[in-house]
Amino acid sequence: MKLLNVSGSPHVHSGESVKRIMWDVNIALIPMLLTAILFFGFDALFVCLVSVVSCILFQWLIEKFLLKTPTSISDGSAIVTGLLLAFNLPSNLPLWIVIIGALVAIGIGKMSFGGLGKNPFNPALVGRVFLLISFPVQMTTWPTPKGICNIFAGSTPDAVIGATPLAAFKEAVKSGATNFDLPSFADAFLGHMGGSLGEISALAIIIGGIYLLCRRVISWHIPVSFIGTAFVFGAILWLVNPQMYMDPVHVILSGGIMLGAVFMATDMVTSPMSKWGQVVFGIGCGLLTIIIRNWGSYPEGVSFAILLMNACVPLINKGFKPKRFAK
Amino acid sequence: MRTFRLGGVHPEENKISTNAKIEVFPLPKQAVVFLSQHLGAPAVPVVAKGDSVKTGQLIAKAEAFVCANIHSPVTGTVNKIDSMKDIFGFSKTAIVIDVAETEEWVETVDTTPDIKRDITLSQKEIVDKIKEMGIVGLGGATFPTHIKYMIPEGKKAEYLLINAAECEPYLTSDHRVILDHTEEVLIGISILRKALGVPKAYIGIENNKPEPIARLQEMAKQFEGIEVVPLKVKYPQGAEKQLIYSITRRSVPSGKLPIDVGCVVNNIGTAFSVYEAVQKNKPLIETIMTVTGKSLGQQQHNYVVRIGTPFSDLANAIGGIPENTCKIISGGTMMGKAIVNPDGPITKGVSSMLFISEKEAYRHEEQDCIRCGKCVKACPMGLEPYLFSSLINNGKYKEAADNHLMDCMECGCCLFSCPAHKPLTDEIRLAKTKLRQMQQKK
Repeated sequence: MKLLNVSGSPHVHSGESVKRIMWDVNIALIPMLLTAILFFGFDALFVCLVSVVSCILFQWLIEKFLLKTPTSISDGSAIVTGLLLAFNLPSNLPLWIVIIGALVAIGIGKMSFGGLGKNPFNPALVGRVFLLISFPVQMTTWPTPKGICNIFAGSTPDAVIGATPLAAFKEAVKSGATNFDLPSFADAFLGHMGGSLGEISALAIIIGGIYLLCRRVISWHIPVSFIGTAFVFGAILWLVNPQMYMDPVHVILSGGIMLGAVFMATDMVTSPMSKWGQVVFGIGCGLLTIIIRNWGSYPEGVSFAILLMNACVPLINKGFKPKRFAK
Repeated sequence: MRTFRLGGVHPEENKISTNAKIEVFPLPKQAVVFLSQHLGAPAVPVVAKGDSVKTGQLIAKAEAFVCANIHSPVTGTVNKIDSMKDIFGFSKTAIVIDVAETEEWVETVDTTPDIKRDITLSQKEIVDKIKEMGIVGLGGATFPTHIKYMIPEGKKAEYLLINAAECEPYLTSDHRVILDHTEEVLIGISILRKALGVPKAYIGIENNKPEPIARLQEMAKQFEGIEVVPLKVKYPQGAEKQLIYSITRRSVPSGKLPIDVGCVVNNIGTAFSVYEAVQKNKPLIETIMTVTGKSLGQQQHNYVVRIGTPFSDLANAIGGIPENTCKIISGGTMMGKAIVNPDGPITKGVSSMLFISEKEAYRHEEQDCIRCGKCVKACPMGLEPYLFSSLINNGKYKEAADNHLMDCMECGCCLFSCPAHKPLTDEIRLAKTKLRQMQQKK
């Protein structure tokens, strides 16, 4: 007679898988990839391709020759890291620097801790911060797309070198200027401004974020608390002194806050478990971002803020337990 | 729509046997009746080898407090009282009865199909009758029912809750008993309400059963103090603490019983047995079972089966175990147990024989936890299964207990929703056993 299987209950599974989650994130990143190509041309595509391919390659090499474990590249997580790293880089970054970034992200950020699920820090941000410190000049020279009409007319975008709104603002404040040349709200929302590949268009990020929310890959707690805190804190500073501080709408639309809040801080591996823990995590990210932006030496603080909060996650998990039944 | 607050999942419902009316399953050739088929101590046999017994005759008596009487499910002669294997492969003492050709019931049992509506017994007499007839909870835990109606001093019952949620996938025995025996079920509930002395009884039922809900609502109008409460379809809606919360908004604290918040919960199947026991003098010798599975095609059945019938008789009745069967489950897909020995007998409280194919029961290889928190979101008790898993794998049982491991009811929501396919429920189950052993040693 045929033998019966007798493993314990439950006997069925929801069909959720790590692979599905990672591919959902990849799908959610597509709108940003498209806007990046739209505004920065094929440079952006090359940066993304090089980043993704090197991330996959490094992970494969490390698993095959160093860890000697079966490869796990098919789970799609290396592609997520590759895309997120590329989205945090300027489109005109020399490709060899992109490759170094991928090596640090995958090698140090992810595999040195034991691979997916064991890394305490967001690998893409580890890669980005390494590059920011090692190649400060290349990492802060941003191409600005010239005009959105040109793109729809069919010609390649004629990007010029310029500072991001954040850097320009910081410079202006330092030099005592009171007339800030910030992009219009519409430009900032659609992404027509200087910046890293993936961070420019709030619209694309929101579309991707809604997809992730619908697929239940992320919950609203981190994005809302992160962006909300940055907005409120930014608004308080702006109300106190509009000559010194940026208005809160530009605060959340420029730089990496949207990208960070929706895609980087929500990385499940490196964010807290409970809802309240996630809210605390988001608030911490928001506060640190504004503090670094206004009083730190860098114009942008999202990467540092998220990495610092990543380090607090074990503590947050201990301190903010999920609500128990009847408690 | 009322529901519980924390966690929960929504597995595929697969209620494919809802249209199969309850059929009477033929008697077995030999009935194997375990002395322990309820929670608590085994009953003590009052018959010996060679004795002839009638259907419904007391064959084992409850001596301990948590125990239930056992009656002969068939007419015949006692072949032996010996150790037999149950469906899970454990050896337990059983009374084995060779079934006679003609069935003869004990005279006191009313075997007519007439519905007896007047409740003549007093509160105390009802509880005594329930005890005498060996009624146990048919929701799965098989807790002797009469104990729930012996309210400890200082406690007060305010609500009677009837569990008709049937949140487990595939199971349809509660669904069918409501449709096929609506009035009897409602009389049973009225009896329980009288026994408890409360003004109102609530029937909690998941909203995926519109026909039973309509039937109950229609007929409940003729009864005093019975309200039907449709509940959202969410597993585990039928878990005791969750059901109490859904209906009354009261939470039973960790380590406490429903009566501590003034509630008594009984399964709707139990209410039917109570009707039969109190009104018809019929002891609990039968159970209503769903025989189902996707591979059975049109062969979906709900049977009323005598206790002691081998599971394999049911399989034979539907043309043998289907070729692609990977597991046979007693219970639903979420909390049911896989059967080891299909020749083992049916016991009190068994509600289904479910055939699951390789494809449905496939367990993917385990991966590293990606700390997605889906297990935390799914847990209806608000626990942290991922944390248990890492603590248990490091042998830190004490720390797991400090994080309220023992509150886990093994509903399976964590394993069901884990994208890394970690065997969370299995690990927790093992750790709970381990902790209980450690406590006993002390």
